Amino acid sequence: MGSLMGLPPFLIFFVGALVVALTTGHVRRGVLLAIPVIGALNLLGLEIGDTVEFEMLGYTLVPFKVDRLAMMFGYLFHLAAFLGNLYALHLEKKDGAGVQHTSAVLYAGSAIGAVYTGDLISLFVFWELLALTSVFLIWARKTERSFRVGFRYLVIHVLSGVLLLSGALMLAHETGSIAFGPIELDGSMAGWVILLAFGIKAAFPLVHNWITDAYPEGTPTGTVFLSAFTTKVAVFALVRTFAGADVLIYVGVTMTCFPIFYAVIENDLRRVLSYSMINQIGFMVTGVGLGTALALNGAVAHAFADVIFKGLLFMTMGSVLQMTGRINGSDLGGLYKTMPITATFCVIGALAISAFPLFSAFITKSMVMTAALEEGHVWVWPFLLFASAGVLEHAGIKIPYFSFFGHDSGIRAKEPPKNMLAAMMIGAVLCVVIGVFPGLLYSLLPFAAEYHPYDLTHVLTQMQLLLFGALAVVWLMRTGIYPPEIRALNIDAEWTYRWLGPRLIRGIGGAVARVDSAVRGRVLAVVRKALRGAHRGHGPQGILARTWPTGSMILWVAILLAAFLVFYFLSQTF
Amino acid sequence: MTAHLPVLQVIIPLLAAPLCALARRGRIAWGIALATSWTTFWIAIQLLARVRSEGPISYALGGWAAPVGIEYRIDLLSAFVLVIVTGIGAVVTPYALKSVEREIEAAKIPLFYAAFVLCLTGLLGITVTGDVFNVFVFLEISSLSAYALIGLGQDRRALTAAFQYLIMGSIGATFIVIGIGMMYVMTGSLNMADLSVLLAELGPNRTIVVAFGFLTVGISLKLALFPLHLWLPNAYTYAPSTVTAFIAATATKVAVYMLLRFFFTIFGVVFSFDVMQLDRVLLPLALIAIVTMSLVAIFQTNVKRMLAYSSVAQIGYMILGISLASVTGLTGGILHLFNHALIKGSLFMAMGCVMYRVGSVEIDAMRGLGKKMPWTMAAFVAGGLSLIGVPLTVGFISKWYLILGALERGWWPVAALILAASLMAVVYIWRVVEVAYFQEGPGEDSSIVEAPLALLIPTWVLVFANFYFGIDATFTTEVAGAAARSLMGLVP
Repeated sequence: MGSLMGLPPFLIFFVGALVVALTTGHVRRGVLLAIPVIGALNLLGLEIGDTVEFEMLGYTLVPFKVDRLAMMFGYLFHLAAFLGNLYALHLEKKDGAGVQHTSAVLYAGSAIGAVYTGDLISLFVFWELLALTSVFLIWARKTERSFRVGFRYLVIHVLSGVLLLSGALMLAHETGSIAFGPIELDGSMAGWVILLAFGIKAAFPLVHNWITDAYPEGTPTGTVFLSAFTTKVAVFALVRTFAGADVLIYVGVTMTCFPIFYAVIENDLRRVLSYSMINQIGFMVTGVGLGTALALNGAVAHAFADVIFKGLLFMTMGSVLQMTGRINGSDLGGLYKTMPITATFCVIGALAISAFPLFSAFITKSMVMTAALEEGHVWVWPFLLFASAGVLEHAGIKIPYFSFFGHDSGIRAKEPPKNMLAAMMIGAVLCVVIGVFPGLLYSLLPFAAEYHPYDLTHVLTQMQLLLFGALAVVWLMRTGIYPPEIRALNIDAEWTYRWLGPRLIRGIGGAVARVDSAVRGRVLAVVRKALRGAHRGHGPQGILARTWPTGSMILWVAILLAAFLVFYFLSQTF
Repeated sequence: MTAHLPVLQVIIPLLAAPLCALARRGRIAWGIALATSWTTFWIAIQLLARVRSEGPISYALGGWAAPVGIEYRIDLLSAFVLVIVTGIGAVVTPYALKSVEREIEAAKIPLFYAAFVLCLTGLLGITVTGDVFNVFVFLEISSLSAYALIGLGQDRRALTAAFQYLIMGSIGATFIVIGIGMMYVMTGSLNMADLSVLLAELGPNRTIVVAFGFLTVGISLKLALFPLHLWLPNAYTYAPSTVTAFIAATATKVAVYMLLRFFFTIFGVVFSFDVMQLDRVLLPLALIAIVTMSLVAIFQTNVKRMLAYSSVAQIGYMILGISLASVTGLTGGILHLFNHALIKGSLFMAMGCVMYRVGSVEIDAMRGLGKKMPWTMAAFVAGGLSLIGVPLTVGFISKWYLILGALERGWWPVAALILAASLMAVVYIWRVVEVAYFQEGPGEDSSIVEAPLALLIPTWVLVFANFYFGIDATFTTEVAGAAARSLMGLVP
């Protein structure tokens, strides 16, 4: 394998995708599993500082550059690609296996390519490839709705790419450099445009809708890939360029808090996970905004853990969708009787995302929160605490409770195929291993900072938060204060926000949603009106597109000649 | 022999025209046209190589020295345009064989090729000559043959389209000759180099200002600058596929070349831009063209018509680059001459393949073609990506320079507009992609299969060029940059 070492990693995926497209059956399955493994072996051969560069149009393009941060994400994406491919291994021709497998491998390759780039133009190429390759994972659902959703997804991501390119151009104009490195936000238009481009992919508030729109519409296996790559590439890009930008603290904190209201009232469980995803990215963005070594490590580590536990949860929900054909919380329940293994994995994922000690998020999320306190951003802490409680509520309890426990829906679905179970098992094991042996993950972290998750205060605080939550659940169930459906929605909120009351939370959530939909309706109406106007002017019979009689064409010539002559005469005299 | 290359560039196609007309059979005429187009392409490459190594070539026709005799003068810009025109000719002619046999009745085919090489003659003549009246003569040759070519379209509306083009083109040519006449009255010279010296001595003068006005409108008409583009959509839509591909990729480019020649070489940058403020006239029209014509393209149901409106928008880009009146902007405009020829050539040729098999280029006729004609539609998508300006394609290179040029002047909104219009291009290209790849065709029509190789190979040659010059742009950017510097009056 010696000759293979040290290649730019995305090449292996792109060539692999070609092989995947040309083969079928067992050969293809073998290739699908081999690609990430070969890729990972290749990663071992990379040295920090390896670079490929060439000149184009007077700029130095660096399509490949290795540093510790890139390596961290490189390993993560290889792992995610392996899990995703394993999970999707059973796909058959009728599921559009060829398209799904090929685009998934290309998509993973684009994400890996993006993290090893050293300039903004190369980044832009992979940035757009991410969108172009992943959209097929949505379209493969082959419904009218998924087609429309995929198209919306594509448009917003292409827009993000165009913004990135314009930002790069402006930056080149301002500073003469297109390097993919720290960028200043002070007084520079370029920085803000690039931040917006990254922000779209990282699902900043107000531009987050593509996540909750598109991810629930992906194929059961496709969404697992979607959840792993796009947003994490954005987080990576933010760490590279905007570490320590104060504005990201505010953005990040908003991201941790606002999705909770939506997640509470959402019924589609994969959409609940999508909101939860925004919330988790919020922790990472906050970490980037804080900008200390500890906070950045926290952001990166949390991204690592999130890919695994969120992937695991999406895998369990994908299994549910695949085996029952349903994904709405109100239609499901009681599946643990026939799907005990999946249910177990789901609970492990839920424990991990809720940051139970000995599970992965416990050792990562708290790094950001500790860094906030160390940096004196004390006000950040309670918001993040609220957000953590929200996670426990909507992801830690709502997801497993609605699907596998709760009221019995009467569905008796079988366990999913073995490859799906195997992928979930690896994910679940990793959630625990990372939580139990934090040193493994910490050794990969790119920045120098000491952190010990298992100290007395941290364990105690977290256990208090979680155990009081659990206690409240048990007590409420025993006394039967709440009817079953509402209980599932508000258990955790009850403990954290006793004084607010569950109804108020739902009220706020509802109100936010109402205002949001009213604003959106208004905007849509304006857009429609503008489109109609454009069609009147520019449509086939519009004034600008009609076939004009020769006479009126000549009239134009005369008018223009007269106008030019007058203009020239004036510009001459003055 | 090599000393006479400038005149051979024009004489060979001119002599080939009567030969084509005399040939009884279409294939013989085609053979003559093919030999002509490839020879002219070879000559153009030789000329460009010579200009690059030795500087501008001056050739006195019949040995009569300028300014009395007619001078053929080839500098970097004209050599570059020669390569564009002959290159497209060399790719389109092989393509023409099958496409023309399908679309034009056999008896008229020899005449078709006669008109085709005449049109080539005219376009090359405009480019090589250093004499303004000669420009008018060649303009008429190319235009008259173009009217005939367009009139040969299958659709009966082709005749009215050709007629409208005839009227408008003649008015444009008349305006140009009026402008030339006024300059002659004031200076007594028709030689370009001579004129530029004499005009500078003469200084601003009302007659010259009027001449300037007539030339602006006349040339704008020929290059279809908004709102003088009204003849173009119909002409492109109803012309035979080969003609559309050829004319769209060359005729407007040569008109842009005329614009550069008249306003940069003859009138000079200082007079055109500082005194007359030509940029203030061109820039708004270019911007309106870019936005409204892209919008109009979105709503079209006929794909050739859609591409025609897109062409008007793309001409807006070239004029935008020119009206920036800076080396970067001008480089972008000249690059886009070359790049847009490749883009629109490949797109219209892909549509010609569709026309050949399906018999229609309405958007509804494209349903399911992604499966039935995979190579044709892939060529369309690749050309479309280039039109949008995706990196690694030529469209990206020219937009890059245009945006840089706009930023140099500090015109942020213009740069934003260029990007916004690229998004509109995404929309109208996507409409075709959506229908071709995501909608099922109407039943199993086994007659619709992939286009023959005789059509596909030339199409893909252009598609390949779109990517080759998008990845390795050193040649085009160097030539365009040097041409722009010499037009701006700087030492190249």
